[in-house]
Amino acid sequence: MNLEFSPEEVAFRKEVREFIEENYPRDLIGTAGREDLTREQFLAWHKVLGKKGWSAPAWPEKYGGTGWTSTQRYIWQEENARADTIMPLPFSVSMVGPVIYTFANEEQKKQHLPGILSGEVWWSQGYSEPGAGSDLASLKTTAVRDGDHYILNGQKTWTTLGQFGDWGFFLCRTNPDAPKPQEGISFILVDMTTPGIEVRPIKLLDGGHEVNEVWLTDVRVPVENLVGEENKGWTYAKFLLAHERSGIAGVARSKRGVERLKDIAVKEEVDGTPLLETPEFARKIAQLEIDLMALEYTELRTLASEAAGKAPGPESSILKVKGTEIQQRLTELTLEAVGHYGAPYFYGVQEMGGNDNQVGPDYSNFAAENYFNMRKTSIYGGSNEIQRNIITKMILGL
Amino acid sequence: MDFNFTEEQTMIRDSLERLIREQYDFETRRKFVESDTGFNAKFWGQLAELGLLMAPFSEEDGGLGGGPTDAMVVMEEFGKGLVVEPYLPSVVCGGGFLKRGSKEQKEAYLPGLMDGSNIFAFAYAEPKGRYNLADLETTATKDGAGFKLNGHKAVVIAAPWATHLIVTARTAGGRRDANGVSVFIVAKDAAGVTCRDYPTVDGRRASEVTFNNVVVGAEAVIGDVDNGLPTVELVVDEATAALCAEATGAMRVANEQTIEYSRNRKQFGTPIGKFQVLQHRMADMFMELEQSISMTYMATIRLADDVETRQMAVSAAKTRIAQSSRFIGQAAVQIHGGMGVTDELAVGHYFKRLSIIEGEFGSADHHISRFTKLSAGQKVAAE
Repeated sequence: MNLEFSPEEVAFRKEVREFIEENYPRDLIGTAGREDLTREQFLAWHKVLGKKGWSAPAWPEKYGGTGWTSTQRYIWQEENARADTIMPLPFSVSMVGPVIYTFANEEQKKQHLPGILSGEVWWSQGYSEPGAGSDLASLKTTAVRDGDHYILNGQKTWTTLGQFGDWGFFLCRTNPDAPKPQEGISFILVDMTTPGIEVRPIKLLDGGHEVNEVWLTDVRVPVENLVGEENKGWTYAKFLLAHERSGIAGVARSKRGVERLKDIAVKEEVDGTPLLETPEFARKIAQLEIDLMALEYTELRTLASEAAGKAPGPESSILKVKGTEIQQRLTELTLEAVGHYGAPYFYGVQEMGGNDNQVGPDYSNFAAENYFNMRKTSIYGGSNEIQRNIITKMILGL
Repeated sequence: MDFNFTEEQTMIRDSLERLIREQYDFETRRKFVESDTGFNAKFWGQLAELGLLMAPFSEEDGGLGGGPTDAMVVMEEFGKGLVVEPYLPSVVCGGGFLKRGSKEQKEAYLPGLMDGSNIFAFAYAEPKGRYNLADLETTATKDGAGFKLNGHKAVVIAAPWATHLIVTARTAGGRRDANGVSVFIVAKDAAGVTCRDYPTVDGRRASEVTFNNVVVGAEAVIGDVDNGLPTVELVVDEATAALCAEATGAMRVANEQTIEYSRNRKQFGTPIGKFQVLQHRMADMFMELEQSISMTYMATIRLADDVETRQMAVSAAKTRIAQSSRFIGQAAVQIHGGMGVTDELAVGHYFKRLSIIEGEFGSADHHISRFTKLSAGQKVAAE
């Protein structure tokens, strides 16, 4: 047991910090989290990291990983959070990437891994359906074999930023007669420019266009785009979800968020006293910090056991539940902190403002919108109720 | 003990409930909220025709002889329909001040307020004042027989639609002093008044209002010069109680929609409403709503009591309502799953309104703090 950083790790932090300072695109500073970013803006930092060989630190070295220790990866996350960078999107690097290098064949690896690492190719997720959310295995999108192709039909939904997608990974039913619904599902890679694919925006309650419906009508996909074995897709899907969950804790970002919240709570005053020094609010921040610490050391323990060769297991559900609760609480407290200026609708302020597009202090921008938007976190990636079911079943054995 | 409504109040509820059901369905609301003005003038006219804008005023003042309970009934229906039109700013706040104004002020402004042609907005909040009603940097300095106003009022709800503003300003004393607060009626088109209009996240409209040497006469002052704070506190307590009523209406519908969704949405071959973890969540939502209704009634009745009792009652209610609004809003979205965070379904809009209500006229922290001081003060006084 040792919680100190070694001199090598301290030097590594310095190296990383300098690299970020020198290479992070200037025009992106302060834009992380905004929903009106362009495809180029989302990918800019990813591309820089791709060139440096740092876009997928968690991958095995032979596929393009950095070979960093879990502590180095942790430092990497912290430094990126500190600079508030727009990180590579999870769909490519954290989700489909590990499925491809673990289960796909050599040609598929050769075809897809370079584009994932470089940030040239945008990946979209085709998992949920209108009738298959928490009960993902009940999905109805079909892939029917027709010579050298699968013909895909169905509707996917909640496809994050699917409007930018070059490729998608889709769960499709290939055997409708399987004894269990999980046993008839395949994991198929789809070129999003294939005829028959229509991406339709879903407007969210914060006013943004972050997710989409994806409609598939007689989409012809070459059979060589099947990953692994036909009808074994559920295994890969679960593997991917466990990976998704472990990235979902967001400890470093939340720590940065706490700092930002404290900055706000120093500037906001209650009867001449900084909000941060009022007993009611000070306790809430303290509680948040304590909960974040508990999450952080739980994640570090998980990382250590992963470093010892254990694949992410059902324990990652802890990180998902606690991590998202903390992210949500941060936005609650930020909305509380900004007081009256939580109410203005940022994009509406801009639209009606002409040249005068600021209402309230800078730090109040998006306070309510972020709070609304972050409600998604306890729903996506397997709702927090489902995570508790996983813990109950897989760990507690009930 | 009597929690029954009068015949008039029941009539108000029934006619407003029908009007909203027939004329203010969710898609109609969306259309007006997204329009240039953000305001449904026809609906506002219908409220006036039904006499709802005059309901809480005494017959002597030209009203229907009702009071806070009538406003409560109206606001609960507003909450159910997510109505954005300015009943609370104009009738409850504007009217709240005017009915304590002079005979001349009543004659000049109440008829227009009651027939809907005059709309009042309440410009009290300031960029740095948070929820302290006396924390004012806006000043009104003596100017001949009248006053000259200077300052900046923040997030003035309904100001884009208003013809008149009720403005709090400091006429004496230091920032945050209880003495030296005065209340003014200012025509929105007066020289030196500038409004920067914008929409709010919950579908309403607001303005940043600046006053640059705005000249008003002595007759613009409501109540006594320098001693306006007690009236401001009273009207804000009345408005807070009305806001609590709005919240209970919104919570009721959020609960209903959630229960309905859980009956229809099937996962794992069964309606999700059959899962115990969600059943218990909805049972909790129900309990939160019922307690919020109780507290709203209590606070509304206590508005007529002595200052301390009134303030404790309102702060207790607003604390409870802020907490329940958060719990119910979040749970309603969660149980709706991904659909809960879409713009398409109404439930997300109920959640947004409830989230903003949490902080309006003081957050839970603010009201717990006020309640604590009053409660501790009683104990000290008794010993």
